[in-house]
Amino acid sequence: MKNSLLILTISHLKEFIREPGSMFWSFGFPILMSIGLGLAFSGKKEIMHGVGLIPSSNNQEILVRNTFFGGGVPKDTLIEKRFDNENGLTRYAFHITSWENAEVLMKRGIISSILTEEGGKMVYHYDPLNPEGELIQIQLSNFFKYGHLGQDTGSIRPLKTQGMRYIDFLIPGLLTLGIMMSIMWGVCYSLIEKRSKKLLRRMVATPMRKTDFMTAYWASRLVLTVFDSVVLLVFAYFFFGVVIQGSIAALALIFLAGNIAFFGLAILISSHTANTQVGNGMISLITTPMMVLSGIFFSYQSFPPWAISVIKVLPLTKFTDEVRAIVNEGAGIIDVLDGVAILGVFGAVTFFIGLKIYKWF
Amino acid sequence: MNPVANQTEPVIRIESLYKSFKDVKAVNGINLKLFPGEFIAVLGPNGAGKTTLVEMIEGIQKPDSGEIFIKGKQWKNHHAELNRVLGISLQETWFIEKLTVKETLILFASFYKLGEARVKEIIALIRLEEKEKAYVKNLSGGQRQRLALGIALLNYPEVLILDEPTTGLDPNARRELWEILLKLKTERNTSLILTTHYMEEAEYLCDRIIIIDHGKILAKGKLNDLLQACDKHEIIEIGLLGPPPFDFTTVPGVQKSRFNSKDNAFVLEVKRIVETLPLLLKKLEESKTEIAELQCRTLTLDDLFISMTGRHLNA
Ligand SMILES: Nc1ncnc2c1ncn2[C@@H]1O[C@H](COP(=O)(O)OP(=O)(O)OP(=O)(O)O)[C@@H](O)[C@H]1O
Ligand SMILES: [Mg+2]
Repeated sequence: MKNSLLILTISHLKEFIREPGSMFWSFGFPILMSIGLGLAFSGKKEIMHGVGLIPSSNNQEILVRNTFFGGGVPKDTLIEKRFDNENGLTRYAFHITSWENAEVLMKRGIISSILTEEGGKMVYHYDPLNPEGELIQIQLSNFFKYGHLGQDTGSIRPLKTQGMRYIDFLIPGLLTLGIMMSIMWGVCYSLIEKRSKKLLRRMVATPMRKTDFMTAYWASRLVLTVFDSVVLLVFAYFFFGVVIQGSIAALALIFLAGNIAFFGLAILISSHTANTQVGNGMISLITTPMMVLSGIFFSYQSFPPWAISVIKVLPLTKFTDEVRAIVNEGAGIIDVLDGVAILGVFGAVTFFIGLKIYKWF
Repeated sequence: MNPVANQTEPVIRIESLYKSFKDVKAVNGINLKLFPGEFIAVLGPNGAGKTTLVEMIEGIQKPDSGEIFIKGKQWKNHHAELNRVLGISLQETWFIEKLTVKETLILFASFYKLGEARVKEIIALIRLEEKEKAYVKNLSGGQRQRLALGIALLNYPEVLILDEPTTGLDPNARRELWEILLKLKTERNTSLILTTHYMEEAEYLCDRIIIIDHGKILAKGKLNDLLQACDKHEIIEIGLLGPPPFDFTTVPGVQKSRFNSKDNAFVLEVKRIVETLPLLLKKLEESKTEIAELQCRTLTLDDLFISMTGRHLNA
């Protein structure tokens, strides 16, 4: 066997597979993540709210007295109430305590609202930026009025359709995130490490073709990411019933484009530094914002409009949106062509710039 | 001049090579010729510029100025071709840790379109048969050095450039490596540039020696010529129990005296031991000084180096 492209590819694969941690990060992690987040946001949900209740000394807390103490005097205690409806179980923990103590509980995240009573009306103190506070206000004002959390208008029908659950949103995100991480660490970091260990220069000081070297890196990573993704999708199908509703060919195409995009980025980022710590920092600097902003775990629609227009040009956003469209909305090849083109061009441009300035020695 | 040298073209010719890093002149005007079948040792202390010099010859670093011709060709136009002429081992290379010795050799062999047969030969040559299936990560320092040499030898190179190939090897392993190299010289007329801190290595292995420091050649030539040129061929090392009773240079024949604190002895450079030693002993006896230690030997490269720079070669 003398084909150096093939031998290089196999060597890269062996190098990766024989690293004990790598298997966990590429297979174990996405699956554990989907189990954890999937269970947290699916099935009959159970939600817990903590609330601080401050009795005042002027004997006017009629509502609190009547609701919790049968008209008697409120004393320091913890009262729990359970509310069951079609949405699942909601539990409220009422901490009856002093204002100072309630502030401490708030700082520790044990409660998210503080309630006082003034002239027979409840006053809700909460951070207006925290949606939980508002939810608590709506639910509890019903509770103090009617004894349950919802108003008596309308009824609830939880959505169980495929493609509309949180897990359907999450799985495509975990898939694209996994590909980005796999390439940024498995290619970018690995190349920087090879440079820092003087291996890159040793290899280039042979008749080895640089194109073979790069192609082998790309091919071995493609094999690994295909494997990772198939494992994740099969798992998601059997465990959560996540189905790919669109075209498999379209998925393959966007998958390839995403691989090219991040491979190009990896070559560009790894083009100069021989310092693995610098490399580490640069990779984190690139991947962390994308992980947070690109709508992997929650939609980026809640960001301000100017931010959304920036977020939308991130390669991970484009990649994830297209994969989601295929998996959940049944998109076909035509629908993802623009995404394929954008990611492909992004990858090609970053790759060739990276290669142009690449420091082999 | 080497008589062969006049008739043949040098395989490597270097003309006024310069290379600086910020404020360090790593290589500061070096000229050099290497002829077919010739072994040259580049000796020098840490930071002398050895690695910078050989890496420029290997095409890894770019000179600031000066020319390098390998078989009459230069790196900028003949990169692929010259990579086939040279076999190199860098001062420190970490090969892929989770590949085995054999897999590593197969990988490098594939770059030269060589197959497993050659890999087997090399494994036998560098005596790593037992470690063939061991991960590179688990090799000892010396075994790694041998693997690096094996990779350098894969493509039957005409010119070998080895950067400190025996640093960290035990004496036996070092000798084995010397024998491998000498065999290549006789069987294949291979040329060699080798950097080292060990004088014995340079003496035993090489036809010519180049001593460099601060990027400049201090002396070059055959070992004997170098030593002869020095005019002080012999050394008396003497350790005393008390302070020296007189200045040693007042003894006829002693040309230079210095104190070697490492061995706690005086090193006297003399023209001829047989003439000077009796006079020295007689004078010491007269002054009733007791001798703790006495050693006579011929001048070595290290002595030469010290008298040129005031420093040891392998400090
Ligand atoms: N990349 C670099 N950047 C800055 N300075 C460098 C670089 N490479 C070498 N130098 C400096 O150039 C000088 C020569 O270094 P070189 O590595 O050639 O020495 P050497 O003779 O090989 O030493 P050693 O015996 O320790 O291997 C040293 O002073 C070194 O600090
Ligand atoms: Mg060196």
